[in-house]
Amino acid sequence: MSTQPDLLYSEDEVALRAAVRDLLTDHCDAPGVIARTESGTPHDRSLWKALTEGMGLAGLLVPEERGGQGATHREAAVVLEELGRAAAPVPYLTSAVVATEALLECGNDELLAELASGRTVGALAVALNVAPDGAHRTVRLENGALHGELTGIADAAAADVLLVPADDGGLYAVAADAATVTPQVSLDLTRPVATVVLDGAPGTRLGEAGPAVRRALRAGAGLLASEQLGLADWCLTETVRYLKERKQFNRPVGGFQALKHRLAQLWLEVVNLRAAARNAADALATGSGDTGLAVAVAQAYAAPVAVRAAEEALQLHGGIGMTWEHPVHLYLKRAKADSIAYGTAGRHRAALAELVDLQAP
Amino acid sequence: MTDATDAGELRRRTAELLAAYPPATTDRLDFLRARFDAGLAWVHFPEGLGGLGAPRSLQPVVDAELAAAGAPDNDPRRIGIGLGMAAPTVLEYGTEEQKRRFLRPLWTGEEVWCQLFSEPGAGSDLAALGTRAVRDGDGEGWVVNGQKVWTSSAHLARWAILIARTDADVPKHRGITYFVCDMTDPGVEVRPLRQITGEAEFNEVFLTDVRIPDAHRLGGIGDGWRVAQTTLNNERVAIGGMRLPREGGMIGPVAKTWRERPELRTPDLHQRLLTLWVEAEAARLTGERLRQQLVAGQPGPEGAGMKLGFARLNQQISGLEVELLGEEGLLYDDWTMRRPELVDFTGRDAGYRYLRSKGNSIEGGTSEVLLNIVAERVLGLPSEPRTDKDVAWKDLSR
Repeated sequence: MSTQPDLLYSEDEVALRAAVRDLLTDHCDAPGVIARTESGTPHDRSLWKALTEGMGLAGLLVPEERGGQGATHREAAVVLEELGRAAAPVPYLTSAVVATEALLECGNDELLAELASGRTVGALAVALNVAPDGAHRTVRLENGALHGELTGIADAAAADVLLVPADDGGLYAVAADAATVTPQVSLDLTRPVATVVLDGAPGTRLGEAGPAVRRALRAGAGLLASEQLGLADWCLTETVRYLKERKQFNRPVGGFQALKHRLAQLWLEVVNLRAAARNAADALATGSGDTGLAVAVAQAYAAPVAVRAAEEALQLHGGIGMTWEHPVHLYLKRAKADSIAYGTAGRHRAALAELVDLQAP
Repeated sequence: MTDATDAGELRRRTAELLAAYPPATTDRLDFLRARFDAGLAWVHFPEGLGGLGAPRSLQPVVDAELAAAGAPDNDPRRIGIGLGMAAPTVLEYGTEEQKRRFLRPLWTGEEVWCQLFSEPGAGSDLAALGTRAVRDGDGEGWVVNGQKVWTSSAHLARWAILIARTDADVPKHRGITYFVCDMTDPGVEVRPLRQITGEAEFNEVFLTDVRIPDAHRLGGIGDGWRVAQTTLNNERVAIGGMRLPREGGMIGPVAKTWRERPELRTPDLHQRLLTLWVEAEAARLTGERLRQQLVAGQPGPEGAGMKLGFARLNQQISGLEVELLGEEGLLYDDWTMRRPELVDFTGRDAGYRYLRSKGNSIEGGTSEVLLNIVAERVLGLPSEPRTDKDVAWKDLSR
């Protein structure tokens, strides 16, 4: 048995990427995504249907005998790379990864199979900024009903079922209909957050919240790195393309050395991010003993690179990059929100300090 | 002839070599020569030249068997320039006679090689070099005059790969010819070049009426730039593709100091150390990914960036380490002028590492030139404007 992680893409993974990219090219263009952000339904339900009912992608992490596709985090990571590249407004990371991981830990097969089919969208009712080892809020359990308010819940507005941690230490499934979900005006237009108010809502106890939430957030943090990779790669590729075409001073702007060096430097960081993200996905897929470390490294590295890629893309596009019409702002907003999601880079470095014994003073 | 391209056959041949020349009772050099003659030196080389025409990826099979049997190696770090740069070039461009003459003692380490490329006036713009080679009176050979610099191992070397200008009237890339230079020629003067570390790892080499027979020319007259590309591409292959354990590079010593000496820790240093640790780990994973791509036969462009990343990391990490050491950071182990045979970037103390790593972004292509290469060859951005392309070398400003 090899102890080395497999950092490449398999043939199947390459084929999966091509299929997802084709679908997104046809059904997720930037003007449509921008227009949708100001509509009443920021999430793209028909795209979600195509990805899940059409391609079965919501069930990648779920074993076949439990209603899923029986694939691994490696394949889910490839899907997320493509969704990141398109800034696609679908609840894949939140439902098909995070909520699904929580259910895998709790062992509720009926709900798990519903999420795996994609016909039901789930959201873990823990604020998006919480790190895998971080503290999170709970709601009150009184006489078998749930009471309280939770904020910063990503993709809650698209969810059919909320997985809610309560003060008895349990994780409860609550139908979205039984809660009041109010969208918050969000920095990230394509993964908006919402408040969830429960006023005596009925819930089904799924199991212990602690391990389920930790597992869910760890997978979320680890695979978010692949989404950030796709995002950063789009920013680099699109900026290179534009700078070859854009002319000032009678030459392509991409021929100026100051800009070439910035793009080459960014390329180098995207290359490193690819290795770190593949390492985290492979560790999650194989259940490696190094998973905690691989996830912390990937998140600590990915967040600043994705933000820098989007910031560089905006600056190097010049004035057009500052417009609402050009899609670069979707990526900047997503990248900046992602740098907080599932714990900041600093939180992951702190986790790493423990894991590799580089203790604080 | 038995097919030697599979691992089983290579193991069989290795066992045969070990049986005929038991390492415990065989002279080191005799063993190395026998290994070369058995085709087990570099298996991807042709038969008769130390190889068997086998895939390069099978070399580790042989190396592992020999290491397990306690066989001597050819001390590859001492003869890196010969193995990594001269040998592939001789193989690709040498005549049969040159290959037979040079490759065996090169591989066994009996003859050390050095590289006479860079000049004081031709660094990043190597093709502008001014060392002249002119035909001697009887037309049998060449007479070389000029100055080379940054030559490691010149004081130990028997041979040098040399590029020199043979035609000043054509644009710079076209007037260069590639030679093998005899370092024992009386016209070769080697002077140590002392660096900021205090030691002299490199040399300056002055060439005064050095005579080179035409039989020691590699490739065509005026074709030296193309030949040199083989050498330089192999230099970059040698730099990428190494396998490192976690904390295997420059981050290792500073992490060790951090763990062993809690009294040195500050919050600021902690944050910076963790950030660099993450970057070093990401770079290490990129190296591992590159290695996996090569093994899978899918080389990617990632290798172009490896050296850039390691240069910056080495400098930042060693800089942090000096700072971490506080009062000890004010000290330096030894400024004595020495001539090390081997270079170990992580050897000696933090101050040495800090100073030596400054060279990492200069040697083997400056980081600025490498960024241009990535931008142009990987990203496809426009080339730098060229004003020297169609100008005869003698008319260039210098």
